[in-house]
Amino acid sequence: MKNRKLLPLLLALLAAYAGVWAMMSTGVINDYSFAVIVTICINIILATSLNLVTGFTGQFSLGHAGFMSIGAYTCAIITKSNPTLPGFFLGVFAGAALAALVGILVGLPTLRLRGDYLAIATLGMSEIIRVIFLNLKITNGAAGLSFLPQFVDWNYLFFFTAATILLLRNFINSSPGRACISVREDEIAAESMGVNTTKYKVAAFSMGAFFAGVAGALYASYFYFIKPDLFNFNKSIDILVIVVLGGMGSLSGSVISAILLQLITAWLASFPEIRMVLYAAMLVAIMLFRPQGLLGSTEVGDLFARRFGRLGTRKSEREV
Amino acid sequence: MEVLLQQLVNGLSLGSIYALVALGYTMVYGIIKLINFAHCDIYMIGAYLGYFCMTSLGLSFFPSLLIAMAGSMVLGVLIEKIAYKPLRNAARISLLITAIGMSLFLEYGTMFFVSPKVRTYPALSGFMTKSFHLGNVLITMQQIVILATTVVLMLALQYIVRYTRSGKAMRAVALDKDAAQLMGIDVDRTISITFAIGSALAGAAGVLVGVYYNTINPLMGATPGLKAFVAAVFGGIGLIPGAMLGGYFIGIVEVLVAGYGNSMYRDAVVFAILILILILKPAGLLGKNVGEKV
Amino acid sequence: MPILKVKSLSKSFGGLSAVSAVNLELEAGELVGLIGPNGAGKTTIFNLLTGVYRPTQGEILLDRGKGPVSLVGKKPYTICAEGVARTFQNIRLFRALSVLDNVRIAMHQNVKYGIPGGLFHLGSYKKEEEALEQHAMELLSMLGLAEKSGELAANLSYGEQRHLEIARALATNPSLLLLDEPAAGMNPAETAQLTSFIAQIRRDFGLTILLIEHDMSLVMAICERIYVLDYGTVIAAGTPQEIKNNKRVIEAYLGEDMGNA
Repeated sequence: MKNRKLLPLLLALLAAYAGVWAMMSTGVINDYSFAVIVTICINIILATSLNLVTGFTGQFSLGHAGFMSIGAYTCAIITKSNPTLPGFFLGVFAGAALAALVGILVGLPTLRLRGDYLAIATLGMSEIIRVIFLNLKITNGAAGLSFLPQFVDWNYLFFFTAATILLLRNFINSSPGRACISVREDEIAAESMGVNTTKYKVAAFSMGAFFAGVAGALYASYFYFIKPDLFNFNKSIDILVIVVLGGMGSLSGSVISAILLQLITAWLASFPEIRMVLYAAMLVAIMLFRPQGLLGSTEVGDLFARRFGRLGTRKSEREV
Repeated sequence: MEVLLQQLVNGLSLGSIYALVALGYTMVYGIIKLINFAHCDIYMIGAYLGYFCMTSLGLSFFPSLLIAMAGSMVLGVLIEKIAYKPLRNAARISLLITAIGMSLFLEYGTMFFVSPKVRTYPALSGFMTKSFHLGNVLITMQQIVILATTVVLMLALQYIVRYTRSGKAMRAVALDKDAAQLMGIDVDRTISITFAIGSALAGAAGVLVGVYYNTINPLMGATPGLKAFVAAVFGGIGLIPGAMLGGYFIGIVEVLVAGYGNSMYRDAVVFAILILILILKPAGLLGKNVGEKV
Repeated sequence: MPILKVKSLSKSFGGLSAVSAVNLELEAGELVGLIGPNGAGKTTIFNLLTGVYRPTQGEILLDRGKGPVSLVGKKPYTICAEGVARTFQNIRLFRALSVLDNVRIAMHQNVKYGIPGGLFHLGSYKKEEEALEQHAMELLSMLGLAEKSGELAANLSYGEQRHLEIARALATNPSLLLLDEPAAGMNPAETAQLTSFIAQIRRDFGLTILLIEHDMSLVMAICERIYVLDYGTVIAAGTPQEIKNNKRVIEAYLGEDMGNA
C-alpha cells in the first residue's frame, strides 16, 4: 500500500464534477437521469464505507442499511422541523453521528465475533432498527415520512461523495488504516504486533456507519420520502454486492461498480418483468467467473502505475 | 393458562416448520460453511410444487408432499452443482454472494413464471378438516399432521445421519473435508446428499406452511428463512439437534410475543434473541466454544 | 533482577493440563533455548507469555530495568508495547501486504497521529509517515530484505518469510524476543545462516532471546542456557553441555527403553 499520488484522484473528481455540471446546464441530463446520478453517488458512499469495514478491515457486515436508515430518519426529522440549509447540514451530521454512535454501541459487543457470526449479528441489528422505526410515532410507522424538504443538488451531492472518497482514501493510507488492514490479514498476528484489534475494528465499523448515515441523510433529502422497508435486508445486500463486485479492499473498485451496477439497473428498467432475474443471474455469473471482483484489492491508480512502468508495488493481484 | 396452552400448541406448529427449514441451513453450513441464502427459496418452491400438485393434478396431501420433497431435492442438488461447487475453493464471501444471487434468481424467476400474486392453497377435505378440543385448547388436524410429519422426518434424518454410510460420510466431511477425502470418502457426492436431504426437508416445510397458513407467494421464503437461520444459530449451527431445538424455541417465542405482547415486535424479539445468544454463547445453545489454535 | 521471571506458570484446557508449574528466568542479554518433544507445551508457554492465552495460575514478571511489571491478564498488544515480541511457528505474516507494510504495521505503536490525523492527513502526518518509511527501510536493509520491500509477503520464498517474521517482530522495538521454531523447514545451509543471523540481531539490537527449536545444531550452537520441557513441566535446565548429558532429557527424547540401553 504505497502512498498513492493525490493529484490524479483530484483531477478525476474535478472532471466528474465539471462533466455532470456541463451536461446539466446544456440539458443533456434530465430529471430522470439526475436521479440515477444521485443514486450512484449515494451508492458510492455506501459501498466505499462498507468496503472499509468488510474489504479493508475484514469484518463481514450485513447491516449497512440499518445505519443508512438512522441517517435518513434523523435528517428527515430535523429538516422537517427546521427546513433551512443549516438545518440540512445539521441533519446530515447529526444523522451520521448518531449512526456512528449506534455503530460503536453495536460494535463493542459484536465485533468479538468472527466471520459469519458477525454477519448474522449485524443483520439482526439492522432488522431490529427497522422494526423500531416501524413502530415509533415520530417515524410514522410503516407509512414512513414524506414531503421532506429537498436540499440535495449536484453541488452538495458532489461535496459529500468526494469528501467520503478522499477521507477513506486518506485513512487507508495511514497508520491507523494499515492497522485495520492488518486485522483483516491476521488478527492474532496483528494483536501480537501491538495492534489493538478491538479498537480498530470498532473504529472502522463506526466510521463505516458514519458515512452510511451521510448516505441515508442525502437519500432522505433528495427523494423526500422514506419508509422502513427501504432499508431492509435486501438493501444491505445491494450494498454488499457493489463492494464484492468492485473488489474487496479496492475503493476505486467500489466506485466503478456502483456506477456500473446502477447503469445496468437503469437499463434493465426497460424490462421490468425480468429485471431482477437478469440481475440475479449476472450476480451468480460474475461470482463464478471473477470471484475476486473487478479490481481485486488493487486500485485503479496502481494499474496505471504498473502499466507505465513506474514503481508498481503490487506484483500480483490478491485473490480474495 | 388455557390461552398459554393454546399458544404453545400454535407455537409447536410454527416451530416445526422453522425446525425443518433450519435443518437444511445447519446441515449445509456444517458441511461447506455456507449460509445458503437460496435455501429459503427452496422452501418457497416446495410450497408451489405442493400447490400445483393439489390444484392442477388434484392430488391429496401426502402424494403432494412427497412430490414437493422430491422436486425440492432435485432443485437443491442442481443449485449446488451449478452455483456452489465451482466456488468450493474460492473465498467464503464470493460463495455467499453467489448464494444471495441464487436466492434472488429463484424468487424473481418464480415470480416471472407464476406471477407475483398471492395464491391460496385448496381447502382441505376429509380427515384433514377435523379438530379436537382438549379442555378449552383447540387442536386442529393440520397441526397434528404438521407435528407428526416433522417428527417422522426428523427421526428419518437421525437414522440416516447416525446409521447409514452416507450419514457417516456426512459427519466425516463436516469434521474435516480433506481428511475425509484421504479416507476415500467421495466428498462431492456427500455434499450433494446433504443438499438433497436439506432441500427435501425445506420442500416439506413449504407444503406444510401452505396447508397451515393457506396463502403462498414468491417472496414468502425471505422472512421465515431468516428466522429459521436464527433458529439454527440459536441451537448451534452445524448441529442437527440444535436446529430442532432452535426451531421449536423460535416458533414458540414468536407466537408468545404475538399473543401477549405487540405482534409488530415479534420479528425484533427473534433478532434480539439472536444477538444475545451470539454475544453470550456464539457457538449456540448446544455448541462448544472453540478458540482459534495459534 | 532478571528481565523475565516466570513463576509456577500453569495452563489447562478443560481438564487437560498443557503447562504446569513452569519456572523460567532470563537475564538481560541472554539467549536461552526452550526445547522438548512435540506437544510438550513450548508454544503454549509463548502464547501465555504474549497474552494469547491467559494462565490458569502463576506469575509472569517483565523487568526492563524500571522495576517488574506483571504480564498476566494483559492483552497481546499491551504486552507487545511492554517490549515483548514474537514470531510464529506456522508463519503468520500479513500475506497480501507488501514487505514494507508488514514492517510498518509492526511499527504502528510509535506513530503519534491518531485516527483524525489519518483521515485528514493533517499536522505531523507527512513527517511521521516519511520517518516511518525511512525507519522501516533501514530495518529491512539491516536484515537484507530492502530489495524486496515492494513484494507481497506471500510471494517471498519460505526462508525470506521466516526472516520477515523476525524483521516484523524487531520492528515493534522489543527488549525480549520470542522465536518459535525459526529454523523449521530449513535445510542445513539455511539453518547455519540463520544461526549467525540470530546471533547478529541479538548483538545489534541488544536483545534477550528465548527460542523454541527442534534443530539441535542451532540450539547447541548459540544458546547459552537451555530449558527442557516434557509433558508441560521443566525436566531439566542448564548449559548445552549439561543438557546433552542429562539422563532425563535423553529419556524424554528417545523413550525410556532407548535411554536405558
